[in-house]
Amino acid sequence: MVQLVRARLDASFAALSDATRRGVLERLGRSDASITDLADRFQMTLTGMKKHVGVLERAGFVTTEKVGRVRTCRIGPRRLEDEMAWLERYRQLWEARFNELDRVVEDLQRKEDDNERTPRK
Amino acid sequence: MQNRTTVERQSDRELVVTRTVNGPARLVFKAWTTADLFKQWWIPKSMPIAIHSCEMDARTGGGYKLMLSQGGGAPMPFFGKYLEVTPHSRLVWTNEEGGENGAVTTVTFEEKGGKTLVTMRDLYPSKQALDDTMGQMPPETMDETFDQLETLLGTLKA
Repeated sequence: MVQLVRARLDASFAALSDATRRGVLERLGRSDASITDLADRFQMTLTGMKKHVGVLERAGFVTTEKVGRVRTCRIGPRRLEDEMAWLERYRQLWEARFNELDRVVEDLQRKEDDNERTPRK
Repeated sequence: MQNRTTVERQSDRELVVTRTVNGPARLVFKAWTTADLFKQWWIPKSMPIAIHSCEMDARTGGGYKLMLSQGGGAPMPFFGKYLEVTPHSRLVWTNEEGGENGAVTTVTFEEKGGKTLVTMRDLYPSKQALDDTMGQMPPETMDETFDQLETLLGTLKA
């Protein structure tokens, strides 16, 4: 799971390292667009634009959906990866919490043990 | 020794967290229901969150209120009611700060060999309510890298 989050981060930074891809994100931030629209706008071949969109899609920045012959791109991470990343962060929060709870419970236990060892008069 | 913490979305409306805590259920329960103890672990030190106050009346029908602030911002309240308090075994409370989309939390404590398995179940009123919660990063987990990515995404979406 942690590996997966790390891999996703690497993919995210790699995806953003390219000026065209940043431009595509900015464009999709305004409205959804087809691969053809994007290729025209960035004066690129369809194949070239498909590659860029593929990189953004794998990094979770963009989702695409094919309706008929048109593939529409929109901004937003893939649902599943998004959910897994969220669950991992939530797990880390609870892990940190439970580690502190372990400490609190150990303290309580130690105090109880000390009290029991104290001889009663 | 640190035990494994698991998190699972068990259904459209349910999130479940489990962890075995090194101690008897009696003490684990006490740490969940005593404000002074609760304050010591609910917000781990690694998080940039401050607890301003914590009031708990851990009885069936009682209430709780937690005031938290992040990065010097205004304190935010977290509050609800205890629907069930069964000493050393079960706690059920509502989370009302988010209005009607808040989850009902059920925590069970099962002791085995001096250790306690804690199972925490958050049941949301609808799939949409849980989806919405998961659409935002957990408020407690601030992380620069993710924040920057989120800020960037937020800017792009705007």
